[in-house]
Amino acid sequence: MDKYLIMKHCIDIKDFTVDEINELIATAEDIIENPVKYAHACNGKKMATLFYEPSTRTRLSFEAAMYELGGVVLGFSEAASSSVSKGESVADTVRTVACYADIIVMRHPKEGAPLVASMKAGIPVINAGDGGHNHPTQTLTDLLTIKREKGGFSGLTIGICGDLKFGRTVHSLINAMSRYPDVSFVLISPEELCIPDYVKEETLIPKNIPFIETTSLDDAMPYLDILYMTRVQRERFFNEADYLRLKDTYILTPDKLKNAKPDLSIMHPLPRVNEISVAVDDDPRACYFRQVRYGKFIRMALILRLLEISV
Amino acid sequence: MIIGKIEDGIVLDHITAGRGMEIYRTLHLDELDCSVAMITNADSVKMGRKDIIKIGRVIDINLDVLGFIDPGITVNIIRGGKLYKRERLTLPKSLKGVLKCKNPRCITTVEPELVSEFRLSEVDSRTYRCIYCEALAQLP
Repeated sequence: MDKYLIMKHCIDIKDFTVDEINELIATAEDIIENPVKYAHACNGKKMATLFYEPSTRTRLSFEAAMYELGGVVLGFSEAASSSVSKGESVADTVRTVACYADIIVMRHPKEGAPLVASMKAGIPVINAGDGGHNHPTQTLTDLLTIKREKGGFSGLTIGICGDLKFGRTVHSLINAMSRYPDVSFVLISPEELCIPDYVKEETLIPKNIPFIETTSLDDAMPYLDILYMTRVQRERFFNEADYLRLKDTYILTPDKLKNAKPDLSIMHPLPRVNEISVAVDDDPRACYFRQVRYGKFIRMALILRLLEISV
Repeated sequence: MIIGKIEDGIVLDHITAGRGMEIYRTLHLDELDCSVAMITNADSVKMGRKDIIKIGRVIDINLDVLGFIDPGITVNIIRGGKLYKRERLTLPKSLKGVLKCKNPRCITTVEPELVSEFRLSEVDSRTYRCIYCEALAQLP
């Protein structure tokens, strides 16, 4: 397994040390401040986006990132429009695509598919999401957002609200933030969607990270530096009735923010359904659309890093 | 009860009492054309009771599989009636092609000719996880 941890791929956020994440963030911030400097960094380079399931938001973010680095993009946005529909394996697909591209970005419904791709492709592979398993570039986006909005990572109380059970971005964010000092979590969810035991047992408890579990967003609000809202995902439920019962459990409105800190940062990985009221959008503490923009910049930094391009 | 020494072969010692038959089946010892003896519930100073298997020929044994099933086993290679080599097993750090991932969302369920691989995640609880989807292994 160790050979896959060589910094040539981005499959799991745990593949990155804290220093490596800090370097990516520093590069992303430099790109934000000096975009022209990077405009031709990837001239002549091609990114292949292999999206076996639809994801307009993530795919567009990667494509914009590559174009703004001066590179080009090819690929497919759904399995039906590729040889995958003929039953081609992931291994064969990436070996073929690697003949045409310099870097692969893959989203796949089966967990572990990007890892298989990284073993076979011979070029860097970025995991753009594999089922409900990992989505490392969302976590990198979240980290850059926190850095930009809060100035750093230490000493923060992070409230995570909504679907803590099936939300891959939640588990990954907890894992990443737990590596910084003096961080604590307030985990806000209905009981049916509480954080899985393995997250507590493998990350929070061994690292002595303070955390509280509560069902009340109102009670938690005054203590939070960051409020990370999540969507209750219909696609993760086997039972439609359970989804309908739980989906509206937490809806953030301006009224709920009355007791919030004046410098609270409100984040959401998007897309949202109704868990954040549009009336919150104009609150300066709402940074979820800035978060989208930061996603493009951290992906630009990641592409440069994996292609070993220095500017 | 006396079972004679073997001239050339393998002695699997310190098998957890009651696990001998599982080892016998896993290693397909019934398919060998040499003598195989299994002793169950033998006295043991170290373990109280143990099983022992003696195989009358030196064969290839997958030590990872053996270590996974019963990590306390000692593998003794006998040549010319004397101990040639002794291997004390430990829990293998990874298992390839031994277990199948039961997670229906794992890539191993659809990708052709992809060998399953599980890594040792937690030693004390003998927890193994699929390297692809991180689902827990279903232990035998």
